Amino acid sequence: MSLVASFAGPERAAGRQYVPRASQARRLTRGVFYAVLTGLGIYAIAPLVIVLFASLKSEQELAANPLGFPHHLMWSNFANAWTEGNIGTGMRNSAIIASGTIVGVCIIAGLAAYAMGRLNLPGGNLVIVYLIGVSALPIQLFLVPLFYLWSHIGLYNSLLGVIIIYCALFSPFATLLLRSFMVSLPRDYEEAARIDGASELRVLWRVTLRLVAPGFLTVALIAGLSAWNEFLIGVTFLQSPNLQPVSVALYSFQQGYSQNDSLISAAGIIMLLPMLGLFLVLQRHFIAGISAGGLGG
Amino acid sequence: MRSWIFMVPLIAVNALVILVPSLEAMYYAFTNWTGYGSARFIGFTNFRMMFTSGQFWQACFHNVLWTAFFLIVPMTMGLGGAFMLSRITRFRTLFRAFYFIPYIMATVVSSIIWENLLNPNGGIGSSIGFLANVSFFGNQKLALGSVAFVNNWQWWGFLVVMFLAAMQGTSPVLYEAAQIDGARTWGQFWHITLPSIRPVLMFLALMTIIWSFLVFDYIYIITQGGPNNATQVVGTLMYTEAFSDQAAGYASAMGLFLGVLAIIVVVIYTRIRRRGWNI
Repeated sequence: MSLVASFAGPERAAGRQYVPRASQARRLTRGVFYAVLTGLGIYAIAPLVIVLFASLKSEQELAANPLGFPHHLMWSNFANAWTEGNIGTGMRNSAIIASGTIVGVCIIAGLAAYAMGRLNLPGGNLVIVYLIGVSALPIQLFLVPLFYLWSHIGLYNSLLGVIIIYCALFSPFATLLLRSFMVSLPRDYEEAARIDGASELRVLWRVTLRLVAPGFLTVALIAGLSAWNEFLIGVTFLQSPNLQPVSVALYSFQQGYSQNDSLISAAGIIMLLPMLGLFLVLQRHFIAGISAGGLGG
Repeated sequence: MRSWIFMVPLIAVNALVILVPSLEAMYYAFTNWTGYGSARFIGFTNFRMMFTSGQFWQACFHNVLWTAFFLIVPMTMGLGGAFMLSRITRFRTLFRAFYFIPYIMATVVSSIIWENLLNPNGGIGSSIGFLANVSFFGNQKLALGSVAFVNNWQWWGFLVVMFLAAMQGTSPVLYEAAQIDGARTWGQFWHITLPSIRPVLMFLALMTIIWSFLVFDYIYIITQGGPNNATQVVGTLMYTEAFSDQAAGYASAMGLFLGVLAIIVVVIYTRIRRRGWNI
């Protein structure tokens, strides 16, 4: 998965919505729109619902009734997937990796964005060009030498090693996003703090950070989601079953001898649940963040 | 200059993980490196091997097909979905959330969902009339399109969100003027909505091209490039060469090819922007 910022900036405000006056032809058009939009909604959600149903069926019931609502809810599928599929261990590892990545990216990108957006960093424009260029590089280009390097300095098969890689991969977009937040802030508060004799680090900590908290929330969400879902780095750098992130554990479980679709579905639902919950609670921040800094994969 | 101190962590991790290994890869592309041990300089041999390899060109061709698919199908769905959403008043947030939910899913999860649904033997979909007995991922003719279909299912909702955000910035005055001129819904979409979101559209088209050439996850997870290389793209071919065939030098040459391609696309894009064409 690659990450690229769109540089549209968070300041892009939602304009007043244009709503046409209803006439008969318009009402027909709108009816068609609602029908198509509903069809698209079913296309997006139905597969997920079918798999949720599948995760609650026994193997026999799944064979007899593949699509419908489960008759006997097999909650034990989730417990079995958690242990048999190594999903529990994977969830723990992914939680460690995602938290480490969030903290690392916020610190690294926060410091850099502060220098670029608030301190008039000399050569700042060159840094922007560099960060955009780096975002377009394929991971596969540097994957093999990185693998070699990581094996030599003991970071292969280590959660910390993967956290460092994610920090490097996600911090360019985070820096550009936070920089655009910081550029748009008024400078008066910081000037006041400086006149009162505060050091630069103290100004950053006590004043600027408080003002850009929404930007950090966005960055934390995107970095956390990306780290949770990432596959290529995880499957390459974490080989031991007790260190695998949940994406790799799920992949191994699905590829393994167990062809129990109910358990595999349950494992998939387990992996999805934390992000789905977070999305439902913080929907607005997710969508604002993702439309401000495009995130692709 | 003191402000550069704040850049130290960014520069340190960036150099360690991206810059130095990328520069090394550029060197290894001209060697017979196996992935460990020493490497011998062999000039352009890897590149000659690559450009005369049928497998490599086949993979490139699959990337081109993939790019075409992602420039057409999700773009159309994203633009259409966003335009319709911008024209309705009720349930807009609900629809948007529905379309967006697949996007927050991991590749592994959406692959599992669709492998279950489209599995001909014993899968969830095997008893649904038209899905039964068709091996979507096992048939050489269907595999690439089927994997692209799964990737698109997860991807298009993101485009709806991006395009809708851009469309909400369009001035309502333009639509009022168009309506007075008698423009119907289609005319308004074509003459007002599309031009006004052109910067976002072009940016996402550019990103689609780059991502389509770097695609790896979906293909590696669902088909591993098979059956019989029918879904092999440069990203997966390179991974196999590097980690299964111990041909790290050769793989680096492919990586360099992808990197140069991505940089050419970015340079063209920035050049066009600098010339003042507001794309």
